Amino acid sequence: MTRMAATRDGYGQALLDLADNEKVVVLEADLGKSTKSLHFRKAYPDRTISCGIGEQNMLLVGAGLAASGYIPFASTFAIFTERAFEQMRNGVARPNLAVHLCGSHGGTHTGTDGSSAQSIEDLAVFRTLPNVVVMHPCDDVSTRSLTMQLPDLGKPSYMRTARNKTPVLYDGREDEIQIGKGIVLREGEDVAIIACGVLVSESLKAADALAKEGINAAVVDMHTLKPIDGELIDSLVAQCGALVTAEDHNVIGGLGSAVAEHIVANSFAPLEMVGVPDRFGESGQADEMLEVMGISAPYIANAAKEAIARK
Amino acid sequence: MPKTITELEEIARKCRVEIVKMVHRAQAGHPGGSLSEIDLLAALYATRMRVRSDEPDWPDRDRFILSKGHASPGMYAILAEMGFISHEDLKSYRILGGVCQGHVDMKWCPGVDFSAGSLGMGLSFGMGCASAARLDKSDRRAFVMIGDGEMQEGSVWEAAMAAAHHELGNLKVILDRNRIQNDDFCEEQMRMFDIPAKWKAFGWNVKEIDGHNMNEIMEGLDFLEAPENCNGPSILIAHTIKGGGISYMENNPSFHGAAPNDEQFHQAMIELGEVEA
Repeated sequence: MTRMAATRDGYGQALLDLADNEKVVVLEADLGKSTKSLHFRKAYPDRTISCGIGEQNMLLVGAGLAASGYIPFASTFAIFTERAFEQMRNGVARPNLAVHLCGSHGGTHTGTDGSSAQSIEDLAVFRTLPNVVVMHPCDDVSTRSLTMQLPDLGKPSYMRTARNKTPVLYDGREDEIQIGKGIVLREGEDVAIIACGVLVSESLKAADALAKEGINAAVVDMHTLKPIDGELIDSLVAQCGALVTAEDHNVIGGLGSAVAEHIVANSFAPLEMVGVPDRFGESGQADEMLEVMGISAPYIANAAKEAIARK
Repeated sequence: MPKTITELEEIARKCRVEIVKMVHRAQAGHPGGSLSEIDLLAALYATRMRVRSDEPDWPDRDRFILSKGHASPGMYAILAEMGFISHEDLKSYRILGGVCQGHVDMKWCPGVDFSAGSLGMGLSFGMGCASAARLDKSDRRAFVMIGDGEMQEGSVWEAAMAAAHHELGNLKVILDRNRIQNDDFCEEQMRMFDIPAKWKAFGWNVKEIDGHNMNEIMEGLDFLEAPENCNGPSILIAHTIKGGGISYMENNPSFHGAAPNDEQFHQAMIELGEVEA
């Protein structure tokens, strides 16, 4: 039986793992129980700063700490990170201060809170900021591993995690996970499915379904959206000649756009983009939301066939 | 670094000359808020800031954050006066590749601790610096200058609340209360009612002074540094005159963000005692 876990738990664990580094500090905006920074707070209250329900202040307190030699990890819901976008832009990214922002509960997969809590644009907006590394890992193991690499990054980052549990893919494979390097989870020659976050496991399901129809789909976990792993995309274009992207995010501006931006300037292949179809979400269970948005495994499989047909 | 009042006034006068020269040369920039803040900056830098001009990144330095980052000519003038940059550098104000970017920028100018220019951000950044000092068990301070129009930004009050909650006695704010913002007088744009009462209600130590009277400024800085006011954050509300020191700029909203023409420049140099009438 596949172990199930939420990526936010990987984040919480990583903060604890990093605590030996006395420069690591944690900033909260009244959602530590949800983003999972609460474990760090409990163990290291002196290095945890409550910013109340004030995300704009939190980002810049982080900037001041980073400018003073600390390594701040700030978290809130993905949707509320957007409230502090201009702080991230002008006070963090512009002076290139290594504040690490984590937005949990990203995407429509977050479920029944409904559209106000379902961030579908966070990856897009943070991807537009110079200096900022953007990540959206798919399981708790990779989230933990990526988070633990952040103190050495030397620049700001945004990481989206998810509220709900998804299959764990990397137990025992921690060493394979590196910021900026996509991971081929399944080899294939007919089409390559490039996914991030909760849609990585959906993409694996889609590949299983396609295999039954005689189509060999490669599946890639593109946990880092920026910088995008262009070398890997080039090799997928050469190998498969058709691409699909899959993300629980507006189809505008996220992973699909990042891949499209790369291939139009390099070796080209037909690309089908599976994502939230430029609409807001609504209340529903996580699996229901993937259906409503048209981004679950069957939709990914269909998109793969369409991409192949365009070869 | 003891300085007489007369010496401080002379530093401020020299800075005023540089401010007017910078905006005149660039034919752009923000003279009004630079002139209103400059007496405060002169006293702060000449008598209080624990900084090293030959080691601007000294980790244990006091921080100064000009949150009203558009009033950069004032900052550049005092940094030149203190030896962080040269007077030649001042000529690069708003010039491509220049040390003196339009708004103060920590990536471009030695001695600038925060890249400001977007209002409402400096106090939060200062809170981060003050928190870091506390974690380091250092007695360094974070001084933040904010503008009065800037207080209309909601994030200022997020920071005000948080800094008091965390009892950051090493965080010191100076409010340049010059009563004018970009479009018009603050009173017309957005009334702020009882400003001292607001800060007191947020849990801050508060003192009001005349921000152009060097004796009062020194008393105000003493207040910020007084041990009894280090139990939590403190704010010095300095009543100033926008454009202070240049007659035609004083209390004139049009000189918030406009440069003097050649004739006006000449008059300013006369008023500042640089040339004979």
